[in-house]
Amino acid sequence: MAAMTLYDKLWQSHLVESRDDGSALVYIDRHILHEVTSPQAFEGLRMAGRKPWRLDTNIATPDHNISTDRAEREAGVDGIPDKTSRLQVKTLDDNCDHFGIVEYKMNELGQGIVHVMGPEMGVTMPGMTVVCGDSHTATHGALACLAHGIGTSEVEHVLATQCLVTKKMKNMRIRVDGKLGFGVTPKDVVLAIIGKIGTAGGTGYAIEFAGEVFEAMTIEGRMTVCNMAIEAGARVGMVGVDQTTIDYVEGRQFVPKGADWESAVSYWRTLVSDPDAVFDAEVVLDGSAIAPQVTWGNSPEMVAPVTGSVPLLAEQNSAEQRAALERALHYMGLQEGSAITDIPVDRVFIGSCTNSRIEDMRAAAAVARGRTVAASVKQVLVVPGSQMVKQQAEAEGLDAIFRAAGMQWREPGCSMCLAMNNDKLGAGEHCASTSNRNFEGRQGNGGRTHLVSPAMAAAAAIAGHIVDVRSMMEEF
Amino acid sequence: MKPFTVHTGLAAPIDRANVDTDMIIPKQFLKSIRRSGFGPNLFDELRYLDVGEPDSDNSGRPLNPDFVLNQPRYAGATVLLARKNFGCGSSREHAPWALEDFGFRTVIAPSFADIFYNNCFKNGLLPVVLSEPEVDQLFGAIAASEGLQITVDLAAQSVAAGELLFHFEIDDFRKHCLLEGLDEIGLSLQSSDAIKAYEAKRAAQHPWVFGAIKR
Repeated sequence: MAAMTLYDKLWQSHLVESRDDGSALVYIDRHILHEVTSPQAFEGLRMAGRKPWRLDTNIATPDHNISTDRAEREAGVDGIPDKTSRLQVKTLDDNCDHFGIVEYKMNELGQGIVHVMGPEMGVTMPGMTVVCGDSHTATHGALACLAHGIGTSEVEHVLATQCLVTKKMKNMRIRVDGKLGFGVTPKDVVLAIIGKIGTAGGTGYAIEFAGEVFEAMTIEGRMTVCNMAIEAGARVGMVGVDQTTIDYVEGRQFVPKGADWESAVSYWRTLVSDPDAVFDAEVVLDGSAIAPQVTWGNSPEMVAPVTGSVPLLAEQNSAEQRAALERALHYMGLQEGSAITDIPVDRVFIGSCTNSRIEDMRAAAAVARGRTVAASVKQVLVVPGSQMVKQQAEAEGLDAIFRAAGMQWREPGCSMCLAMNNDKLGAGEHCASTSNRNFEGRQGNGGRTHLVSPAMAAAAAIAGHIVDVRSMMEEF
Repeated sequence: MKPFTVHTGLAAPIDRANVDTDMIIPKQFLKSIRRSGFGPNLFDELRYLDVGEPDSDNSGRPLNPDFVLNQPRYAGATVLLARKNFGCGSSREHAPWALEDFGFRTVIAPSFADIFYNNCFKNGLLPVVLSEPEVDQLFGAIAASEGLQITVDLAAQSVAAGELLFHFEIDDFRKHCLLEGLDEIGLSLQSSDAIKAYEAKRAAQHPWVFGAIKR
């Protein structure tokens, strides 16, 4: 049999039917739902008189739209001040109750950002197909899942049929070899990748991340990288199974026990690309050359090392690139050629499905410990990705470190990543953010986002401007 | 689903690359539990000078005179001409819903983001991929001739504007579903037996996939 990539294997093992026109019916093992992209799908089911194909593959939780303020959260769903938000969260609760779908409700242990709670509860396991009405679903690819975002019509399709009609993607491998330098994190790796291949570089591909850097990376780090595959245009990002994967999965709530565990593990170990598998495209980066990264513009590909500067108009190769740079400089209020470390920071956001797991909280706390937020910074939000992350962080005393530094410790949710709730930027405000998108208006109308790692975000909060976190850390 | 066969309409250009779905429909409008009504808030942050809120009256809001869709010559446009990587970012289907609700039936660009491209077909909105030089020619033609109408013929896979005639590629399944306005769920449910057979085989191999999620 021909050598297969990890993606080929996952595709093959979920193929229900191949059709003559090149499309295929692919089976979906896990479907995660949240309040924003599901109401119209449930309504579609009702209108057609259909019901979910199965229940034991779906799991739901509210995350995008909910408040992260403790007092507002304690008031429950009825206490959500914004009436459209309240109706949307209630609608998720009602739909899950009506159809019998397991939901972790707003204030329950288990609730969290979909892509944080799924892996942490063992909902997603290696070898599964995972979909969610959210483009950052590739996060679950860190566990060697074939995972990607879908639209609301497809949410309805998966609910009704447990399948998706889709076409096979092409294979891309991104190898990062070498050893990451001191203070360089998974977030910096993925931003450097996007800087290299661009926001459409991965369109039409399933990306496999491989090489020494990923072999040495924790699962949470791999999640951060896979999470942002979509920012490189790829719906799917993943990493093959190794011992780190197995160790991460073991003992989680929905994971098999006993004999099933043993047989699962032996199957999971096959979920790597064959040594002689052929990729349609291959990209190589030197991990040791990556510095902490900062986006300066309004597309994730507009990124530079913290030691660098904003590009010059004269260096652009085309009229289109010059126009994009001019527009970005105008929107971001920056001068061409200015140093990245001269970018001021008004607010800081540490959270999102990219960077709100316990390792991210620890990395931010290590920088914040014993330091104080700069007087010029209006607000620093630290938003754990799930109730479980929150609980763990509090057990470790991280919340106290953040509070002592002048940062706000919030309740779990998507928060200022997309600013659907009250956590948002004002017009013209710069934000060092650990989220995934720096689009115009993403974090608030007129807001200016700079994507960075959790350690870099905490450092910016202390300094009041973008700063190289390595200058604030002791090298061991 | 609404079928798409042939459409002729006024074309409007949006001349920037990487138009993301946050730009097409900003996040505050995603709180709606409905599928319709997003048209007045399409490109909200570019189109208006103030900040839009869901469920509010948009008729009296100050328009940004510099935004292309506010120019009188593009009033009533149904064909959107765009640059590369249109629809990148979030998976929100609210983006094609807003375009469709505004009145667009087709978007022509050199490339689209995957999820957006896929979402369009579920809503009777046809995304057409032409080469960059072809798209450049269409931008030129629109600029040169006010009121330019573009015809997109899905069956023939062609785009016609004045003297220009281009061919586009599209996969057979999507073309068929859109031409016929088919209910894809109904179509997939015709394969129920195959789905059940797959499940039986898989449950024997990987039992842990099934039955796990319960409370």
